[in-house]
Amino acid sequence: MTLFDIVSLVVGALLLVIAFLAINAKKLINSVLFLSALSMLAVVSFVLLKAPDVAITEAVIGSGLVTALFIFTLLSVRKEETK
Amino acid sequence: MKNLFGLLLSLVLGAFIILALNNTAAFPAFGEVDLADRVSEQYFTDGNVAEVGSANIVTAIVVGYRGFDTLGEVTVLFISALGVAIIFGEKKQERLDLKFKPNFMLRVGSRVLFGMILITSIYIIFHGHLTPGGGFPGGAIIASAVLLLYLTDDRFRSNVKGFKILEGIAGSLFVVIGLLGLVLVTSFLQNFLPAGTVGDLLSAGIIPIIYVLIGLKVGSEISGIVDNFLTEEESA
Repeated sequence: MTLFDIVSLVVGALLLVIAFLAINAKKLINSVLFLSALSMLAVVSFVLLKAPDVAITEAVIGSGLVTALFIFTLLSVRKEETK
Repeated sequence: MKNLFGLLLSLVLGAFIILALNNTAAFPAFGEVDLADRVSEQYFTDGNVAEVGSANIVTAIVVGYRGFDTLGEVTVLFISALGVAIIFGEKKQERLDLKFKPNFMLRVGSRVLFGMILITSIYIIFHGHLTPGGGFPGGAIIASAVLLLYLTDDRFRSNVKGFKILEGIAGSLFVVIGLLGLVLVTSFLQNFLPAGTVGDLLSAGIIPIIYVLIGLKVGSEISGIVDNFLTEEESA
């Protein structure tokens, strides 16, 4: 078993665990943060699969912009609820 | 009960996926695909890299051979930005109040970081035909730099009208370059400039020009979306 296999296995198992946590988190904000971590690990697996173009796009959009937009939406919704 | 059912369903689906992917005839092991019996083989055969002049074969396919699909992708992004603007875009707008008050150091430090992120995005856009990356990720990095300014300064508003004009000009120029290919050569978006030496910054014909336009368009579009999310109706 080479190092490549071990890293792939660890990243794959972590992807499954974090996806489960993102679905089952009690607070929405935790769910969003788990989704961001999922994108970051997906970047690692894309690099391992030799797809750097997809990895760059996923890193910027998946774990950067989408997380920010989700969090701002949650903030706005919370402000509306407290009004 | 619901969780148990979900676990069973995912286990069955996982078994299906593993069984399907283990079929060596349809899905060979990683790195052992015989390209000769795939459609993508024609992109890799000798002569094509010199014909397009792009060192990054992904860019050669995305912008060179499949340029019309890329125009469609840009249109999809434009329509989604339009939808966000229709929902959020009110006449009188002010900034969404953040919970914290940014201090002087944070504001100045973020301006420095803004320049560095912008330079990275420009590098990624301009080297789209040489290294991984290109217009879409580069534009998204521009938007994340704008997002940084929005986060660290609670009074900051970007020049939204300027972004809209830039986006319109970039999108129109993309179509104009496509039409030039139709007029000067034979088909829409065909390369009408010399391919140059593979690996040079100024090579690959119209690919760098199109990627710069895509980067400007995507960057201004996503910055507009960020602005729409971070503003709200005037409460007064």
